[in-house]
Amino acid sequence: MAKASDLAIDVKGLTKSFDGRVVVRDLSMQVKRGSIYGFLGPNGSGKTTTIRLLCGLLTPDSGEGTCLGYDIRTQAGEIKNHVGYMTQRFSLYQDLSVRENLEFVARIYGLDAPVRSARGMIERLGLQGREEQLAAQLSGGWKQRLALGACTLPSPQLLLLDEPTAGVDPKARREFWNEIHALANEGLTVLVSTHYMDEAERCHEIAYIAYGELLTHGTVEQVVDQSRLVTYNVSGEDLHTLLQQLDGKSGIDMVAPFGASLHVSGRDEKKLEAAIKPYRGDRRFVWTRSEPSLEDVFIELMNRSKDNFQ
Amino acid sequence: MSLLDKIRSPGFWRRVRAMLVKEFIQLRRDRVSFAMIVMIPVMQLVLFGYAINTTPRNLPTAVLLQETSDVGRTILAAIERTGYFRITHRLTSTEEFDRVLASGQVLFAIEIPAGFERALRRGERPALLVAADATDPVASGTALGALNRVAQLALINERMLPDQSEPLFEFRQHARYNPAGVSSLNIVPGLVGTILTMTMLIFTALSVTREVERGTLESLLSMPISPLEIMIGKIIPYIIVGFVQASLIIGFGVLLFGVPILGSLLLLALLSTLFIATNLSIGYSFSTVAENQLQAIQMTFMFFLPNLLLSGFMFPFAGMPAWARWIGEALPLTHYLRIVRSIMLKGASFSDLQYDVFVLFVLMLVAMTIAVTRFRRTLD
Ligand SMILES: Nc1ncnc2c1ncn2[C@@H]1O[C@H](COP(=O)(O)OP(=O)(O)OP(=O)(O)O)[C@@H](O)[C@H]1O
Ligand SMILES: [Mg+2]
Repeated sequence: MAKASDLAIDVKGLTKSFDGRVVVRDLSMQVKRGSIYGFLGPNGSGKTTTIRLLCGLLTPDSGEGTCLGYDIRTQAGEIKNHVGYMTQRFSLYQDLSVRENLEFVARIYGLDAPVRSARGMIERLGLQGREEQLAAQLSGGWKQRLALGACTLPSPQLLLLDEPTAGVDPKARREFWNEIHALANEGLTVLVSTHYMDEAERCHEIAYIAYGELLTHGTVEQVVDQSRLVTYNVSGEDLHTLLQQLDGKSGIDMVAPFGASLHVSGRDEKKLEAAIKPYRGDRRFVWTRSEPSLEDVFIELMNRSKDNFQ
Repeated sequence: MSLLDKIRSPGFWRRVRAMLVKEFIQLRRDRVSFAMIVMIPVMQLVLFGYAINTTPRNLPTAVLLQETSDVGRTILAAIERTGYFRITHRLTSTEEFDRVLASGQVLFAIEIPAGFERALRRGERPALLVAADATDPVASGTALGALNRVAQLALINERMLPDQSEPLFEFRQHARYNPAGVSSLNIVPGLVGTILTMTMLIFTALSVTREVERGTLESLLSMPISPLEIMIGKIIPYIIVGFVQASLIIGFGVLLFGVPILGSLLLLALLSTLFIATNLSIGYSFSTVAENQLQAIQMTFMFFLPNLLLSGFMFPFAGMPAWARWIGEALPLTHYLRIVRSIMLKGASFSDLQYDVFVLFVLMLVAMTIAVTRFRRTLD
C-alpha cells in the first residue's frame, strides 16, 4: 500500500443518499499522485456524485478521507484552492467570452496577472482568434477545451474531469487526451470519468462503479484478470441464431456481438465449456479462446451487480 | 470568523471585484434587463404620472337644480369654464343624484337647493352641495379645490353680489367612498420608491437562481470564493443601476411634473442608496431560498404587493388599521416613502429621518444575514 503522502485521493467508506435512496455506497478509493485514474460506470451509477464528494461540493452521509491531504469534510476551502473540477455539464458562463471566462477564473484564484495568464491559456488551448467569442457560440469540442483550460489555469494539483469528452469528435478527443497526459507528466493527478473503453485503456488505473458500489479497480490488466472471465470468440455464419440460442443458458454469463464475431463469456470455465459443447461441433462456427475485452468485463460486472440489487 | 475578519482576509476585495466585473459584463449583454433599467422607470413615470398626476379634464358631472335662477346658471357656467367638469347629466330628483354617483356615470354631482338665490341675496349663506366620487382621490381632490373659489368669484363678478370677507354660500363638500384624499405631489416621490422596489427585487431575486438553473453555480462553488464575496459582488453592480434609475425618475419628476426638491440632494442620494441596497439584499435573500427563477419571481411579487398597499403609497399610512401599520413598519418602502417625501416636499434633514434610516439599515442587515447563511455552499 502506498504511503499517505503519495496519495492524491484517499477516501474510505463514502456513502451518500438522496431522499433515502443510496447513490454512493461504502466507496473507498485511492489515487496515486501523478497518475491518471479512469472512473467508469453506467449512467446513474454515482460517478458525478463521487466526484462532488471528493471536492467538497457534497457532504458524505458517512465515510471519511482526504483529498491532497486535506480532509474532505472540514477542509473544503483548501481543497477548492488546489483542485480543478470540470463539470459534466458545461458550467462556465455562456454569456461571457472565452477571454472573460478565463480572466474571471484567474481573478477568483488570485493569479498575479489575470489578463496575462488568461492570454497564455488561450494560446495553450489554441483558441487564438476566438477569445472574443461568447462561450455559448463555441462548438462542443471547443467548449470542452475551454472548460479544461479554465480548470487548469490556477495550476491545480488534482484535476477532476467528469466525462470531459462526451460528444466530442475522435480527433478532438485524442488531442484532449494528449493534453491530459502532458499535464500528468507535469505531476498533476487526474481523475477522469468516461464511458469510452479506449479512454479507459489510456489510464494508469481504472475503477468501475455500478449502482453506487465500486466493483473493481486496478490497472486494465488487473481488472481483466480479476474478472476470471473466460471468453470465446466465435466467427462464422448465422451468428445471430447462435446468439439467441446461447443467451440465458446457464454457464453463459454474457453473449455479445463484436463486429463480425460473437463474444461468449462465463465466469465458471467448466460450466461454460459444458454449455457450449453442443455447438462446438457445428461446422459453421469457428471457436477460439480469447482474452475478454474490458467491455466484456464491465458488462458482465454490471449484469452481475444488477442481479445483486434486484 | 467575524464579519470584519472575513472582509480583511486576503483577497476578499479581489474576489468581490472578479464577481462584480463578471456581473457587469453579463448585465451589459442582457438586452432585456438593460432595457428594463431604463424603460421601467420612464414608462411607469409617464403612465402613472400623467394618468394620475396631471390636472384632470372634463370629469363627468351631474347637476340637480332645485330652482331655476340666474345665480344657478352663473355657477354652472363658471364650473364648466374651469375645464375640470363637463356637465353630462341634468337631474330631477335626489334618488337620481345618488344613483348616477353610485353607478360611476359621473364623478361629481352638484345640487343647488330651492331658494338658493333668495337666501344668497339675504346673506343667509345657503349651502351648495357637491358630492364627489373620491375612489380616485387624486382626480377629485384638485377639481374640488378649484370649484369653490371659481363659483364664489363668478357670483361676485357677474351677479354683482357684494364681496364680503365672509363667503357668500357654504360650500358643502361630500367626498364619498374614500374620505381621505391623497395629495398629488405625493405621487412622484412615491413612484421613486415603488419602481426601485420592484426592479431591485427582481434583479437580485434572479441572480443566484439563474446560476443554479444554468448550472454555473457548480463551477462557482468549486472555486475558492465565499458566499459573502459572491453576495457583495452581485449586489454592488445593481446599486449603481438603482442609482441611475432613481436619478432618472427624480429627474423626470422634476422636469415633467414640477416636483420640488426642498431638502438636500446629497442626503436624498445617500438614503436612496441605502434603500436600494436594502431591496437588493432582500431580493438576494429570496434567490438563495427559491429553487428556481419562477419561485423567485413569485416570492418577489408576494413581497412587493404589501409594499405597494401598506406602505402609504396607495392609501394614507395613518388611516390604516393598526395591524396594517405594523406590517407596514416592517417594509422598506414605508420608510423610504417617508424619507423621500420629507426630503423632497418638506425639506427634512437627517435628524428628522433617523428612525426610518435606522429601520432600513436593520432590514438590510437581516436580509444579508439570511442570504449569507442560507446560501448553499454545497449542492446537497
Ligand atoms: N442532487 C441530487 N438529488 C437527488 N438525486 C440525485 C442528485 N444527484 C444525483 N442524483 C441521483 O443519483 C444517481 C447517481 O447520479 P450521478 O450523477 O452520480 O450518476 P453518474 O454516474 O454521474 O451518471 P452519468 O453517467 O449519467 O453522468 C442518479 O440516479 C441521480 O438521479
Ligand atoms: Mg455524471
